Amino acid sequence: METLLEVTDLRTRFALRGGFTDRLRGRAAGSVKAVDGVSFSLRRGEVLGVVGESGSGKTTLGRTILGLARATDGSIKLEGREITGLSEGAFRPLRRQLQIVFQDPHASLNPAMTIGESVGHPLRIHGVAKDREQARSRVVEALERVGLHPAEQYMSKYPTDLSGGQKQRAVLARAIILGPDILIADEPVSMLDMSVRAKILELMIDLKRELDLTYVYITHDLATAKFFCDRIAIMYLGKIVEIGPAAEIYDDPKHPYTVSLLNAIPEPDPTKSVARDLPRGEVPDAITPPLGCSFHPRCPRAFEVCGWERRDLRTLLEARWTRMPEPEYAAEREVIGSLDSLDVPGTSARIEPASGHTAAEVAEIIERLRADAPDDPFWKGVAEVEEEDGAIAIRFHEGLEPRDVEEGPSRLQCHLYDPQALAAAEAARGSVPGANRSDDGPSSDRGVTN
Amino acid sequence: MSDAVLDVRNLRAWYGTEGDPVRAVDGISFEIRSGETLGLVGESGCGKSTLGRTILGLLPEGAATAGEIRYRDRNLVTATPKEVRAMRGPELGLIFQEPMTRLDPLVTIESHFIETLKAHEPDVKEKEMRRRSLDALGAMGIPPTRFKQYPHEFSGGMRQRIMIALALVLNPKVLVADEPTTALDVIVEGQILEILADLRRNFDTALLLITHNLGIVAEACDRVAVMYAGRIVEQGDAREVFAEPAHPYTRALLDSIISLATTDLKYIPGAPPSLIHPPPACRFHPRCPNAMRVCSTKDPVQVAVAEGHVTECWLHGPEDQIPDGGEQPLERDEIAVAEEA
Amino acid sequence: MSSIGEIPGSAAPQSPEAEIKNEQRAAGVRRLIGQIRTARGVPKWILYTGVGIVLFFLILAIFAPLIAPYGFADSSSGGVDFPKQAAPSSEHLFGTTVQSTDVLSRIIWGARTEIEVVIVAVFFSLSVGVPLGLLSGYVGGKLDRGLVLVMDALFAFPYLLLAIVIAFLLSDKLGQGIITAALAITIVYIPQYFRVVRNHVISVREEPYVEAARALGAKRRTIIGRYVFFNVIQNVPVVATLNAADAILTLAALGFLGYGLQPTQAAEWGYDVQRAISDAGAGIWWTGLFPGLAIVLLVTGFTLVGEGLNDILNPLIRYRRVRKPEIPAEPAEGEK
Repeated sequence: METLLEVTDLRTRFALRGGFTDRLRGRAAGSVKAVDGVSFSLRRGEVLGVVGESGSGKTTLGRTILGLARATDGSIKLEGREITGLSEGAFRPLRRQLQIVFQDPHASLNPAMTIGESVGHPLRIHGVAKDREQARSRVVEALERVGLHPAEQYMSKYPTDLSGGQKQRAVLARAIILGPDILIADEPVSMLDMSVRAKILELMIDLKRELDLTYVYITHDLATAKFFCDRIAIMYLGKIVEIGPAAEIYDDPKHPYTVSLLNAIPEPDPTKSVARDLPRGEVPDAITPPLGCSFHPRCPRAFEVCGWERRDLRTLLEARWTRMPEPEYAAEREVIGSLDSLDVPGTSARIEPASGHTAAEVAEIIERLRADAPDDPFWKGVAEVEEEDGAIAIRFHEGLEPRDVEEGPSRLQCHLYDPQALAAAEAARGSVPGANRSDDGPSSDRGVTN
Repeated sequence: MSDAVLDVRNLRAWYGTEGDPVRAVDGISFEIRSGETLGLVGESGCGKSTLGRTILGLLPEGAATAGEIRYRDRNLVTATPKEVRAMRGPELGLIFQEPMTRLDPLVTIESHFIETLKAHEPDVKEKEMRRRSLDALGAMGIPPTRFKQYPHEFSGGMRQRIMIALALVLNPKVLVADEPTTALDVIVEGQILEILADLRRNFDTALLLITHNLGIVAEACDRVAVMYAGRIVEQGDAREVFAEPAHPYTRALLDSIISLATTDLKYIPGAPPSLIHPPPACRFHPRCPNAMRVCSTKDPVQVAVAEGHVTECWLHGPEDQIPDGGEQPLERDEIAVAEEA
Repeated sequence: MSSIGEIPGSAAPQSPEAEIKNEQRAAGVRRLIGQIRTARGVPKWILYTGVGIVLFFLILAIFAPLIAPYGFADSSSGGVDFPKQAAPSSEHLFGTTVQSTDVLSRIIWGARTEIEVVIVAVFFSLSVGVPLGLLSGYVGGKLDRGLVLVMDALFAFPYLLLAIVIAFLLSDKLGQGIITAALAITIVYIPQYFRVVRNHVISVREEPYVEAARALGAKRRTIIGRYVFFNVIQNVPVVATLNAADAILTLAALGFLGYGLQPTQAAEWGYDVQRAISDAGAGIWWTGLFPGLAIVLLVTGFTLVGEGLNDILNPLIRYRRVRKPEIPAEPAEGEK
């Protein structure tokens, strides 16, 4: 099978408009790395699922491939030809090969154009049809192919006259009318009712067969992805954390995030209401992502080198205070001064006691924190806790950036499967006096989830 | 087993239009006991959101209601707007679908809570208000250090949790949650469902969970009611209804769910009907694979399929009310794509 | 509101929110016509009254040569001199002015002047303001920032003063004619169209169907012309009618101040009012009242059209007039 699309280390960054004074000076304030080093190849005839939650960058990835968002770095090769950095004019003819179906069927069609006009517009844009007759017959053919039958009845209708499923069919017709090679489907069924989803998915499968299409199926729904996709890429905060054959992903998920995504899918079977081991917390802020592996604050299996930092300490403290009744919380809160220093990323933390309190009291709170859940992965990341100049200093092990590792047919970014990282963790453990050597390695314990 | 906290009987809520009214809720009866979670499930256009709003008296001006909503010896349908307004909050709580837009962006979370408590329980001391607020937020996993932050500093999932805490801080007896997780990611959704499951265990709140997602219902609800075209076609214990669905619509809906275990795709032909001119007699008959002649001529009667499990479907009788020949299959035209949703 | 060309079983709008959403998805012109057709109650009458008044003056303007008894500068007819400042009589229904011209004729010819100027002014304003708004809104960036600055500055200027200055400057080059007056009024109103269109374009620009057009490979001008344009012009008719009302006032003001048309070129109500000031002291009421009334009436007409359109196009206001339905006590057997 030939490779249609080759994506290598793709990056798309958006600059943020800052506050008032920043805007006045025309300066950007920080940026979001929506796509942060994504690599994969797409083979002809396959369906590649790109799965992730909001903030994962999956939609931006789709838009970057289509030239709707500008890649900041990296390369995308379509049939061997580089397409990043192309001008709009140079990209235009390529659009005959690359089409997209968006998420919201109610908003993807121009309300001012009839269905016939909308579906036929690509023909006009690319000057493909010889004359009106030919254009019309091709539109009819496209409409019939997507199941909008009889086509004549739909040609003169406006989008507001159609239901959601019918609109999505029209959008598909518009996307296939030029005979593209690759179709990027961004959540094509998530806004449709459950009883209609199956119909549209079936249509997409039929189209794939009849027209030899290659799909990139972007979704947050692993269930429909399982049905539809040959390979699946799981995205988290701009990176692909796991990519492999669909069967492998579902039968033997390796990355802890993949595992939690699969666990989180509600099973419509009341007899199976089992505790789902959900990771704590939520997708973090993309402007200042966590150090090391972005998933580490939520990962039940994180260990020494995953990138522990100050902000994780703050999260843990806050979680503890959330569970405490107010008077106790107030008492503890008083001891610790400002927590602002813990908001900035860093591999060492320093907690000053508030005036009138001593470092020893702070140390005690840290001890209680540890006693709450000594098996929490966080403590693996702590190298030492010691008093320093009247405050408590906590040093973390140096975190490593995850790199691609092959594990069976899949490729993933996870230190648990990286021999180099495991070795570094072993070394780190050795350097910490009194560390629990008897701990089973990171690959076996499930850790504590809140 | 406790008594029903909310008892709805033959409720109807119609919206006025320039032509015929929209019969969004058209004869619905159910009850919820304290501590129980009832899942109200249906697809878009079945009237389930309207039902939620009707219970809380939040319908727009052009809408009319009839029937009974019995809450604590009062009929909310006939109560004055002022009375209902007074109950909203301390007695009847509501969680909306989109947490992004339901909190006042100009006001801190602290103010949201204090104002709410002041409005409904003015005698409570400031300190006590703070304690209750932090407790409610804590139960939702919101750290007390963020009490004074603004809504935009929280993510969508956290905002929804704040909304739930805000609804719970007044200890309402009945909580209506209208698609609380639809706008959220799947992991966050799971977290919120865990919270709602806790509710069942630790509080006495009766929860009406309105959703289109059957997976959530299986996870979080004790009983389920399936809604179609303004009517409840089946209701009963969640396990039972999922295991042995009585109504063809329920069965078709369950079949059409795409889960990890799905091996082939099934769907329901046709589209949900217009609520202005619903089909005569059984509203599902145009799309029902088991439709009989009687289904298009006579309104189905509610029958009990098992203890606490009822449905309205001629397939389950009562036999003596079906006229002769009524059991013959119904002749219909093929449903074309033209009529699909 | 029924959808045009209903497909059986297609999603019928249910709750008011769903229906409003559905309506808002229909594009500009279709929606306008649909909504006007289904309008009821007070806004409908406001609109019809306004249209009636405007039509009345339009007829006066178009058929002036046939309707007006005399020419606008005639001080005699058939050899007979008109009396000076004569009270209304059978020959001069509205009386005569100090220059012995017939008031009624001047009113009718004046209608032609007003309508001509208004049409030219609105046309120019539209053709400059709308495209600029489209371009600025869609392209954004420096062009947008620059244009917005210019437009806001224009907008901030007291409009009458601006019109006077422009009329003054232009009268050197183009003489004091209809075009001059129209242009002076035009420039003042361009920012209004610009702003209304630009703001709408900015929100439409983010809509999926515009992005879909880009994904199809449509050129920028195609996108602006076919995808954006028709979806942003709903508010333009309202602005145009209010523009017309303002134009008349401005023209009258210019005429009043002596910067408008010359009396020999055309009749103009504002000029007549100015001339009538000295008459008022002498108890001569007809020279001032009728031109004044004409101004007020025509301006009101346009304003009513504008307000009526505005009310009709705003779905949220519409819904309060919906009737609460009667729910029958018990549903009849077999009929639910």
